[in-house]
Amino acid sequence: MSEIVISAKKLSLVFPTPDGDVHALSDVDLEINKGDFVSFIGPSGCGKTTFLRTIADLELPTSGELQVNGVSAAEARKARAYGYVFQHASLYPWRTIESNIALPLEIMGFSKAEQKQRVKQVLELVSLDDFAKKYPWQLSGGMQQRASIARSLAFDADLLLMDEPFGALDEIVRDHLNQQLLELWARTNKTICFVTHSINEAVYLSTKIVVMSPRPGRVIDVITSTLPKDRPLDIRESDEFRDIAHRVREGLRAGQSYDG
Amino acid sequence: MMGKNGKLIPILTVLAVIIAIWYVCVVWLNAPFEYDQAQRNDIELTFGEMVSNTMAQKRPVLPAVHQVFEEIWNTTVLKKVTSKRSLIYHAWITLSVTLLGFIMGGILGILLSVGIVHNKAMDKSVMPWVITSQTIPILAIAPMIIVVLNAIGFSGLIPKAFIATYLSFFPIVVGMVKGLRSPDQAQLDLMRTYNASKSQLFWKLRWPSSMPYLFTSLKVAVAAALVGAIVAELPTGAVAGLGARMLAGSYYGQTIQIWSALFVAAIVAAGLVIIVGILHNYVLGRMGQLDGQGAREADA
Repeated sequence: MSEIVISAKKLSLVFPTPDGDVHALSDVDLEINKGDFVSFIGPSGCGKTTFLRTIADLELPTSGELQVNGVSAAEARKARAYGYVFQHASLYPWRTIESNIALPLEIMGFSKAEQKQRVKQVLELVSLDDFAKKYPWQLSGGMQQRASIARSLAFDADLLLMDEPFGALDEIVRDHLNQQLLELWARTNKTICFVTHSINEAVYLSTKIVVMSPRPGRVIDVITSTLPKDRPLDIRESDEFRDIAHRVREGLRAGQSYDG
Repeated sequence: MMGKNGKLIPILTVLAVIIAIWYVCVVWLNAPFEYDQAQRNDIELTFGEMVSNTMAQKRPVLPAVHQVFEEIWNTTVLKKVTSKRSLIYHAWITLSVTLLGFIMGGILGILLSVGIVHNKAMDKSVMPWVITSQTIPILAIAPMIIVVLNAIGFSGLIPKAFIATYLSFFPIVVGMVKGLRSPDQAQLDLMRTYNASKSQLFWKLRWPSSMPYLFTSLKVAVAAALVGAIVAELPTGAVAGLGARMLAGSYYGQTIQIWSALFVAAIVAAGLVIIVGILHNYVLGRMGQLDGQGAREADA
């Protein structure tokens, strides 16, 4: 239907360790279209984070083919094709919030005026405009994570890679941020790859859910969501939502039994 | 100082205990001389007389604290700065060597640490030598350095400063290697996702991360530089400087002179450490790291 942003063919990644090789990814085939919100879900060790890091060119695949925006992952990284959100906000503690958000802009050589304007814009987007001059430790965990999302949005890459960004937050904050993230996605029409542990989070957010299983890390199921784009929080009580969640759970269980 | 940390009272308590022990030792160590004198002159010595005498000897085994401070007062406030007997003059000589050695040691230490962090070969080859360098007794190598440098035309301040450098670069290398390596994997990965250059990675991540480590090692280094400067004055027949004062004092049994030079050295060292500490607070304060979580790091 639309243009392909990420395409993986028979992608494998093996980490050599003293106890033998660990197959973090094994023959992963996947295509992600522009504008998709894709969640990767699975137990720890299933390679979901590794896959995200491979897209980001933070890990090198052992074999197989991976294209991001039609070029190699390394070239895409050098072209600054994506914004990455880490599990922990990983803001630099000696920089204020606005200065943290300006960091990628400084590195990419944006003019001072443009930096200022963009920082202001993304701070409003994540509703942190009142905290621009604060240091990271003066903010709550949820606010820090919002700041780190703002940082990844600042240079306006079309692709957003998020590695369990809300994993360390409590459920109330998480619900709130999920809602905000959906709004943001609807407004900016970015492609988002989102790693999570939570079935609810995956179903609520995604247009596409990739279910993975460990040892070796592989894709068990790819579920295309039938939920509408506009999703109020109570959509999670609907039958449709429950059906999709059920299918995800089945996939996860299948992955487990495969393991013995 | 007192209001912030409540450190003043414990410090003063310890100081009072030390002074009390000191005076007991003064009486104990200097008493034999008094009894000896009394016996020779056939005088009966009361305990009270003995005690007061032990604190007023010309060449005591251990001078009393007030004697030392009297000597310091006489040789600082009451002497012209230009006088060869002024402790301010001698302290300035030692201080200038210390500062020059400290600055050179700082630059050398930072350069070495940058090299070690960025270059695997340097990490493997230089670091063991840096550690080995500190196992050589400084007293043994100091005269060699002076002689060799004299032979190639360096004399005066520079050779002594080299010895101060020799002692002060080490804590800086060790601290800065740790500091420049302190960014965690996510912080490094973040820079990689931006395709940051090596120099951007250094100036925007490694360097600011290393600041708490830098200042902690600078505090150690500045005190080590002072020790180096004093040691450099001992074997070289230096005629000026706190080390020279101590040496001259020991030649002539002038224990009060030795102790007063020692006290001034300690005061200079404390002053230097305090100045570095103020700088530390200023820089980290500007980096927003002196309150809350940051404070623990800054106190280290």
